[in-house]
Amino acid sequence: MTKMSIPEAQRPRARITVPTSLARIGRYVLVKLITIGIAVVVAILLTIFVANWGGHLDEIKKAAISEGVAMMVMDNEELRLLPREEREALIAEMIAIQERRMGLDRPFIVRTPGYLIGALTLDLGWAPTMTSPSGSRLVRLIILERLPATLVLFGTAQLLLFFTGLFFALFLSRRYGSGLDKAIIALAPISAAPSWFYGIFLILFFAILLPILPFGGMVAAPPPPTTLGYALSLLSHLVLPVLAILVSAVFVTIYNWRTFFLIHSSEDYVEMAKAKGLSSGAIERKYVLRPTLPPIITSFALTVITMWMGSILLEGVFKWPGLGSLFFEAIGHGETPVIVGTTIIYAYLLAVTLFVLDIVFALVDPRVKVGAESRGTI
Amino acid sequence: MRVLQSLRQLMRYPAAVVGLAIIGALIVVAIYTVITVPYSEVIRLWRGGGELWEESPRTAWPQWINLLPWENRPTTLIVCSTEVGEKTVRPLAEGISEVEILLPFDFTYDGFPREITVFFTAEYDERRPHVSLIWLTPDGREIRVGERTALRAYRMSIDGGLTRRLGGKPAHVGLFADPAAEELSLKGEYTLRVEGLLFEDDADLDARLVVYGQVHGLAGTDHMRRDLMVGLLWGIPVALAFGFLAAVGAQISTFVLAAIGVWHGKWVDGVFRWLTQVNIILPILPLLIMVGMFFSRSIWVILGVVILLNIFSASYFVLHAMFLQIKEAPYIEAARAYGAGSSRIIFRYMIPKVIPVLLPQFVMIIPTFVFIEATVAVLGLGDLHLPTLGKVIYDAHANAAIYNGHYYWMVQPGIILLIMGIGFAMVGYTLDRVFNPRLRQI
Repeated sequence: MTKMSIPEAQRPRARITVPTSLARIGRYVLVKLITIGIAVVVAILLTIFVANWGGHLDEIKKAAISEGVAMMVMDNEELRLLPREEREALIAEMIAIQERRMGLDRPFIVRTPGYLIGALTLDLGWAPTMTSPSGSRLVRLIILERLPATLVLFGTAQLLLFFTGLFFALFLSRRYGSGLDKAIIALAPISAAPSWFYGIFLILFFAILLPILPFGGMVAAPPPPTTLGYALSLLSHLVLPVLAILVSAVFVTIYNWRTFFLIHSSEDYVEMAKAKGLSSGAIERKYVLRPTLPPIITSFALTVITMWMGSILLEGVFKWPGLGSLFFEAIGHGETPVIVGTTIIYAYLLAVTLFVLDIVFALVDPRVKVGAESRGTI
Repeated sequence: MRVLQSLRQLMRYPAAVVGLAIIGALIVVAIYTVITVPYSEVIRLWRGGGELWEESPRTAWPQWINLLPWENRPTTLIVCSTEVGEKTVRPLAEGISEVEILLPFDFTYDGFPREITVFFTAEYDERRPHVSLIWLTPDGREIRVGERTALRAYRMSIDGGLTRRLGGKPAHVGLFADPAAEELSLKGEYTLRVEGLLFEDDADLDARLVVYGQVHGLAGTDHMRRDLMVGLLWGIPVALAFGFLAAVGAQISTFVLAAIGVWHGKWVDGVFRWLTQVNIILPILPLLIMVGMFFSRSIWVILGVVILLNIFSASYFVLHAMFLQIKEAPYIEAARAYGAGSSRIIFRYMIPKVIPVLLPQFVMIIPTFVFIEATVAVLGLGDLHLPTLGKVIYDAHANAAIYNGHYYWMVQPGIILLIMGIGFAMVGYTLDRVFNPRLRQI
C-alpha cells in the first residue's frame, strides 16, 4: 500500500508477503462481511418482532392480499360483471384462501422465516395511502426512491466531517495550547446536541431572520431547467443541513482526533524521526498520521452511526425529501409498512457504512495485513 | 480520599466550575419545581382543558420582551365587576331591574391586543339577563358593541356583525384604533359599559372583561393558551431524571458485562463482543419509534427500551481493553491465589479500578439520552401526560412557530436543553482530563 522504506535485506521476503497480506485482508473482509451480515439479519429479526408484537405485520400482509385480490377481480371481465353480493362473497373466499396459503392462520414463529425474507428484500406490500414521487404505492419503491436524496446529504456531510476533522485535528495538535486550540476545545461540549436541534436554529438565523438561504427542500420549486442552475440550487439547499450536521459533530471529532494525534506524536519513534532531522510534513504523514488512522476510523464509524440516527429528524426539520422525512411523514400518517421498511433500510445503511469503514480499516491497519490480532476494530 | 482529591483538582478547571454550577442550578430548579407544582397538579395544569387557560392569550410572547427599550406590547388586562368595576342596580318594574356595570381600564401599550372577551356570571332561575354593551374610547367616542343574551362568554373578536360595523376590523383592532392613524392604537382610559336587564327578582349579573395581550407570563403561552412556564419548568426534572436513569442503566450494565466478559474470557467474551457488534447495527431510533407507535408512549417505557438497547453499547470495546490490562494486574493474581471467587474479583477488585474512567463517560452520556427523549418527543411520540422539553419543541414545530414569528416558543426549550447539554459536557470533558492519565501527560 504505502512505500515504506524497507531495508535491502528484507526486500525478497516482502515480495512473498504481498499475496499473503492480500489474502489476509480478503479473509478479514470476508469475516467482517459474514459478521455484519448476521448482525443485519438479527437486527431485522428484532424489528420484525417489535413490529409484529401488536400484529402489525399481519395487517400489512392482509392488506396486501385483499389489495391483490381486489385488483385481480377488477382486471377480470367476467368477475367484474357478477352481481355485487356474489362478487363480494367470491372476493372474501379468495382472500381466505390466500391467507391460508400465506400461512396467516399458523403461529407467528412458523411464519417468521417468511417475514424475514420479505423484510430483507423490502417486500412489504403496498402502503395504505402514501405514494412515491413516481406515483407508486409499493413500499419498496417508496423507500428506494427516497434513498438518493439521503445519500447526497449524508455522503456530503460525512466526507466533509471526516476531512475537516482530520485537517483541524492535525493542525491543532501542531499548535497545542494556542488560542485557537483552546477555543475549539472549549467548543467541544456543543456536540452534546443532535443535528436537528442546530438545524432549527440555523433555519431561524439564516432563513428567517436573515433570509439568505432556503429554509427547506432539496431544490427550488420549480426545479431550474439547466444542469448548472440545478446544481447551484441543490448546493444552496445543502448548506444549512450540512452545516447543522457539522456543528453537531465536528468539534467533538476534532477534540477526540487531536487527542489521538497528541498521544502518537509523543511516541519515541517520532522523537527519533525529529532527531534524524526529517521535515515536519514527513513526520506528520508517516509517523503520526499513519498509526493514528485506525483509531480515527473506528471513532469515525461510531460518529457516523449516531449521525444516521440523528438524520431522521434533521431531514424532517429541513423537509429534505429523503428517508428521514419519509419516516417522519410515515409516523404522521401511521403507515406501518413504510415505518418497518424504513427501519430496515436504516439497518442496511448502518451495516454498509460499517462494512465500508471496515475495509478502509483493513487497508490502513498494518496489523490486519500481517495477521496480528486486531483489537481496535468495530 | 482519592475522590476528594480529584474533586479539588476538578475545581481548578474553570470549565468544570461553570459546568457544575449549571448542573447545580438545574437540579435546584428541578427540586423547586417538583415541590411547588406536584405531579398531579402539573397534569391538571398541562392537560386540564380549555377553561383553565381561557384567560390567557394564545401564542403570547413572554413578558421579558417588554424589557427591550423599543418594545411595549400589551399585557392581558382583566377587569371584573366584583373587584374593580362599578356596578349599580336600579329596579324598573315588577321583577325587572336594570344593572349598569362600568369596566374601566388603562391601555398604555403599543400595538393592539390579541382578542377581547367578556365573561358573564348570571344568577337566574328561568330567564337569562339581557345585556347591551357600549365601548367608550379615551377620546370620548361611544361605540355600540351589541345587544345579546348574557351567555357565559361573549367573544367580541369573532363576532362577524361587530367586525362589519367596525369597517372589517376585528374588535380588538377596531375598538382600539386611533381614528387619525388607523394602524396605531389609541392610548388612554377605555371603559366597557354593560347595561343589563334582569328579569327576575333575585337575579344578578357580573361581568369580567378580558383584553388578551400580546405577552403573558415569564415564558409566554402556546397555541392552546397554556402557560409555557409549566412545561419548561417541569421539563427540567423530567429531562434530568430520564438522562440520569438511562445513563445509570445503560452504562453500568455495559460496565459489569465488560468485566464479566473479560474475566471469563473465551466464549462469554466472544458472545458479548458479537452482541455488541449486532447492537451497533441496530437502528435504535427507528426501533424506539416503533415501540412508541405500537405499544406505549409513556416516557418510562421509552426509558426502559433506551436502556435495553444500550446494554451492549460501543463503549464495551473501550472498557474491554481496560479490563484486559487490569486482569493481568498483580493484585488480581494475589486475590486469585487466596481463593477469591469470580464475582468477588469482578465486583470488588476489577470494577472499582475502572470507575474513574467510567465517571467522565457517564457524565457525558447523560445529555445524549436527554436528547434522545427530545428527539422521540419531537417526532410526535412524546409522553401523553407529562410536559417535557421535547413536547414543547414538538408543539412549536407542529405549529410552525419559527415561521410565524413565535420564536420564544422554540428558543426557550431549546436554550434549556442546550445549557443542560453543555453543562454536563463541560464537567465530563474536564473529568476526562483529570481521570484519564494519558490525557494528563500531554
